[in-house]
Parts: sequence; C-alpha cells; structure tokens
Amino acid sequence: MTTRIDTRFAELKKAGRAAFVTFVMAGDPDPATSLEIIKALPKAGADVIELGMPFTDPMADGPSIQAAGLRALKVGMTLKKTLDLVRGFRKDDNATPIVLMGYYNPIYIYGVDKFLGDAKAAGIDGLIIVDLPPEEDDELCLPAMKAGLNFIRLATPTTDDKRLPAVLANTSGFVYYVAITGITGAAAADASSVSEAVTRIKRHTKLPVCVGFGIRTPENARAIASHANGAVVGTALIDALRNSLDADGRATGKTVNAVAELTAALAQGVKGAQQAAE
Amino acid sequence: MNSVKPNSYRSGPDERGHFGIFGGRFVAETLMPLILDLEKAYTEAKADPAFQSEMNGYLKNYVGRPSPLYFAERLTEHLGGAKIYLKREELNHTGSHKVNNVLGQIMLARRMGKKRIIAETGAGQHGVATATLCARFGLDCVVYMGAVDVERQQPNVIRMEMLGAKVIPVQSGTRTLKDAMNEALRDWVTNVHDTFYCIGTVAGPHPYPTLVRDFQSIIGNETKAQMQEIEGRLPDSLVACIGGGSNAMGLFHPFLDDSTVEIFGVEAAGHGLTQLHAASIAGGRPGVLHGNRTYLLMDADGQIQDAHSISAGLDYPGIGPEHSWLHEIGRVNYLSATDDEALAAFQLLSKLEGIIPALEPAHAIAKVMELAPKRAKDHLMVVNLSGRGDKDVPQVGDILRGKSK
Ligand SMILES: Cc1ncc(COP(=O)(O)O)c(C=O)c1O
Repeated sequence: MTTRIDTRFAELKKAGRAAFVTFVMAGDPDPATSLEIIKALPKAGADVIELGMPFTDPMADGPSIQAAGLRALKVGMTLKKTLDLVRGFRKDDNATPIVLMGYYNPIYIYGVDKFLGDAKAAGIDGLIIVDLPPEEDDELCLPAMKAGLNFIRLATPTTDDKRLPAVLANTSGFVYYVAITGITGAAAADASSVSEAVTRIKRHTKLPVCVGFGIRTPENARAIASHANGAVVGTALIDALRNSLDADGRATGKTVNAVAELTAALAQGVKGAQQAAE
Repeated sequence: MNSVKPNSYRSGPDERGHFGIFGGRFVAETLMPLILDLEKAYTEAKADPAFQSEMNGYLKNYVGRPSPLYFAERLTEHLGGAKIYLKREELNHTGSHKVNNVLGQIMLARRMGKKRIIAETGAGQHGVATATLCARFGLDCVVYMGAVDVERQQPNVIRMEMLGAKVIPVQSGTRTLKDAMNEALRDWVTNVHDTFYCIGTVAGPHPYPTLVRDFQSIIGNETKAQMQEIEGRLPDSLVACIGGGSNAMGLFHPFLDDSTVEIFGVEAAGHGLTQLHAASIAGGRPGVLHGNRTYLLMDADGQIQDAHSISAGLDYPGIGPEHSWLHEIGRVNYLSATDDEALAAFQLLSKLEGIIPALEPAHAIAKVMELAPKRAKDHLMVVNLSGRGDKDVPQVGDILRGKSK
C-alpha cells in the first residue's frame, strides 16, 4: 500500500533533496487559527506535516510543546477535533502527508479500531506515538499497518545495533531519528554524530530517515538535512507562534505569518543542503 | 467480578509485565533499553544470595526492621469490634514504608554502577527515603516534587535538603505528584547514561511495579510471621491506604492466596467521589499513563484529570497496575475515605494510641473505624500504619485551628 508519505519521499528522492518536516500542535492557539497555520505550512515549504495531538501529560516534551498542548486543551481541543482539523485541511490539499504525533491514551480511550477508521477517512497518513515502543506493537502499530496507516517509529541514541532490527521491524513511512537523549526543545545534536547515526540506521533499513529534536535555525536545518532524508522542526515553530500571541494567549493578526515566515526560512535551509549520496 | 479464578493470585506479571490487561511498558524508545537493563539487573540480583543478605543487614541495622505488629488496645475498645493490629511501618528510619523499596532500588543502582539517582515524590516520604540512602551511599540525588506539595510538606523538603538532595519544585500541569513523575521521566530521558530512576510506588513501566512490590513484601511477610507468633493464626482482614499502592501491595501480596483473608485498599475520596478526589478505581477507568495501563482519572477524551486529596501522598490520578487487576478479578475490595474522614481518624489515633499517623494511613484508619465495629471480637484486623504524621503536623495544625482548609 502506498501512502502520501511514500509518494512524497519518492518525489523528493527524485528531486535530490531532503524533506522539511514541520511539527505544530493541533488546535494551538485555537482550532480556526490552527487550520490556517497548517494550510500555510506547505505553501511556505513544508514537505510533511506532523500534527501534535494535545495531551495533558506529554512525558517526552519540553516546556514549549507542553504549553502548546495545554493552550489547545484550554480551548476545548479533543482528538475528534484534531481529526476534523485534518479533514478541513484535506479540502484543499490532497498531497501533503499528515502524521499525527502524540501519546497513546487519547487514542486508547477513543477506541483503537474506530480511531484508525476515522483517521484514515480524515486523510491522515501516519502515526508517531511516543509511548508505544515495539514491545507494545499489538496495541496500535499492527492494527494501524492493517488499516493502511504508516506507523513511524522513533529511533534514539540508546537504540543500539542489537535493538534496531526490533525497532525497524514494523516501521513504515520513514524512521524518525531522535538526535539527542532528551525532551523536545533541548539542545541540538552535532551534525557529525547525526551523520554517524543515520548511516548506522541505514545499514538496517531502506526507509527514509528523518532527524529531529533540537533543530531551530535554517543553518541547523541545512547541516542536518545534508546527512539525512529529512529534518524535523517543532519547538522553534511553536516558540514563534507563542511569541505572536496576545497577553491572554490568543491569536493575533501576526500569528499565522509568524509560523509561515519561520517555516519559509527553515525550508530554504533544508533546500540548501547537499544531499549525501545514497 | 470474573468467574474464572487464577490458580494463584501471586504469579503475575507475565514476561511482558502484564497483570491481566494491566501493566506493560508504555515508554519512549529512549527509555526502553534502560528498563530492559533494569529488568536484567533485577533478575540477576534476585538470584544472588549476597544481594539479599546485604539488604537484610541494612534492613535490620539501618532501617530498624522488623517493624512491630502492635495490638491497638484502646482503638479496639473504642470501636468495639475486631481486634485491631497496627503494622508499625512509621517506626522505620525516615518514618515510612518507603525506605524498604528505596533500599532495594539503591542497592540495584549500585550494582548497575549508576551514580546519579532521581525520584519523584508527593508527600516527600519517598523523597526523604531516597535522599537518605543517597547520603548513606554517596550518590547524587535529585528529587522532583510538585510545587503544591513543596508548599504543604515543608518539613520533608527541609529534610531532603539537609540530606544533600536537590529538590526541584515542579511548576507544570497540576503541580502535584503526577507532574513530578512526568518531570522525573523527562530528566531520565535526558540523562540516560548515568541516572537511575528510583520510582516510589508500584507503578511505572515493567519491571517497576514488580520490583517495588517485591521490596515492599517484607511488610506482609513479617506480618504473617508476627501474627502467627502472637495469635497462632492468619489475620482475618488487612487494610491499607492507596496512593500508587506500594504500602498496600507490600502488605497484601503475601496473603493473596490465603482465601480466608479479606483485603481492603483505601483510596482518597478527597472532597467526595462526586467532587474532586483521587480515587482512581472508584472514579476512573483503564487508560495508559506513566508507562502502564491501569485505572486512571480522566475525561471523555482521555485527558488526565486533576486529582485531589488532603494527603499529598495519595494525590495521584492513577494506581499501580496490579491493584487494577486485583480489583477486576475481585480479590481485593477497594474503598475510599474523604479528607474529613481522614482528618477525624488522624485525631482519633493520636488521642487513643499516642501515635500521630501520616495523613495517608489516616485514610486506612478511617475505614477501620467503619469496618471494625461490624466484625466479631475475635476478628483479627491488620492496618498498615505506613507513615508517621510529623510531616503533616503544620498542615493539620493550620486546618484544625481554622487557618486553612
Ligand atoms: C506514609 C505514606 N503512606 C502511603 C503513601 C502512598 O503511597 P503508596 O500507595 O505507594 O504506599 C505515601 C506516599 O507518599 C506515604 O508517604
């Protein structure tokens, strides 16, 4: 089964460049602005959109993404409304892959089978669920694959060669290499250690490898994108969004542009990267 | 209640850490290799007689075990029913049962060559126990504590600092135990190479619920032997309070297969079960948080709800996974006590027995006040007095003088 993710990475490979993957939180700072933001992302140069599913207890996220999730929850965001948001986006864009990223509990409570059906129907292509390692594949990974959704796994600096095959076994779409041990928004990894890690992962898989955590500037993005099939930016975009809000945390006339402008600058960084030979 | 009974209630978890549908290993990939290492180290340590004998030495001479099983004569008379025994965990060094588990985990950390210890704490008892053993063994210690709890459990914050630990007030989320646990997990994910996460209750990803239970089972094992010596038989019932459930599991587990023993866990009903509370079994349903599937307080969207209890140590929206299983299978009865009931029990025990309990086990005493009068005079009831009330004296003093609520 070919998903929009597979198609997008095939196109990028042909074009000889890395993917620019953006992360924003669904419903942050409110559902209507959030829809405008995700619509603006591809126009500003995003190749893949990761959409955070708000959760009260995001154990692997730093303060920026925690706050983004809480802003969304405060205005009543739910998993169902996240799916609505994607449905709204799909009205004008049927090509940009959308990956939902978050934690398992809201999906478990929604009901796994119902969720997979509704997500597929809404136009979602893949899932990244932080607290579902391969040891828990029965929960969602295997059912998701059956439902035609990519289950994108995180590989980390603690995932050694012995463990990598287990991590990659049921992974599809791409592999997300978490460049540091730590939470989102922490310090950046240096390009040489990333390059080493990507090479190591590629010995075990033909899937594209995207790298995230700690990429904030067009220069970071360029450096990482020269060693990987994609660079993921989240916290920096969310910080730009937050800085555009009014004192009560509400969207202003600047909010959508603030995210779009940084996206465009980062996209330039990614596009300036020399793709390492495969 | 399930109609199919297992051959034994004590055989869990399975190799993937499941008690029925509960438990598991719901953690970020970064942590997965660490919990696999921990499981391996624990399995090896369990099989090593030197580990057990070293631990026994510290349990006896440092912790002060065995803790007495004390016949609470005046409480028994006052309630006019069951014969009530208190398992005196509050007499342990550091003032609660938490030290039993911390000793085990710190010895494991030493075996694993880890030099930096992190912990979450609610009431501060687990934090104090961790800070104490880190001082004893020369390890770095960082304790995460919700900012609300830092405020209401000041004596323990001061103790931890005196013991050389760094206490980090957690400002995120509801600023209580659940957020302290989130923050400890964030630290662990960041400092994987040198850090050991010392979890304070029977929750978290496998193997924590099992290893904490095993280290706490000394409570039940001693109780069994002591009751045999005093009364020549098994107790008829056991009562313990439940935050995550470690003092309860420690008392209950050795008795699970003794079918004549009635077992009661007491959750915190806060302002009442229809208002803010911390009773995950009474008011929650199965979900996934902090590495395991278990009963949780949450809304229709699966967002975790604020818990409330007067007692910082019970103020948690979840419960250990083995308790969730024991509830579903019907082996343990889960009750709940409100803030006001706990306060009344706190005062009653202080006045009748000269023992000021912590607010956490005051919840267990509150249910003893209901259960004991309905039992015959030869009914033997054991309550786990999991901790002493010194830490709560300022907070309860303020409440009783009408200064705060
Ligand atoms: C004295 C005491 N009892 C009970 C608890 C609750 O924890 P658990 O349910 O794991 O025993 C605490 C937690 O802080 C405590 O300090």
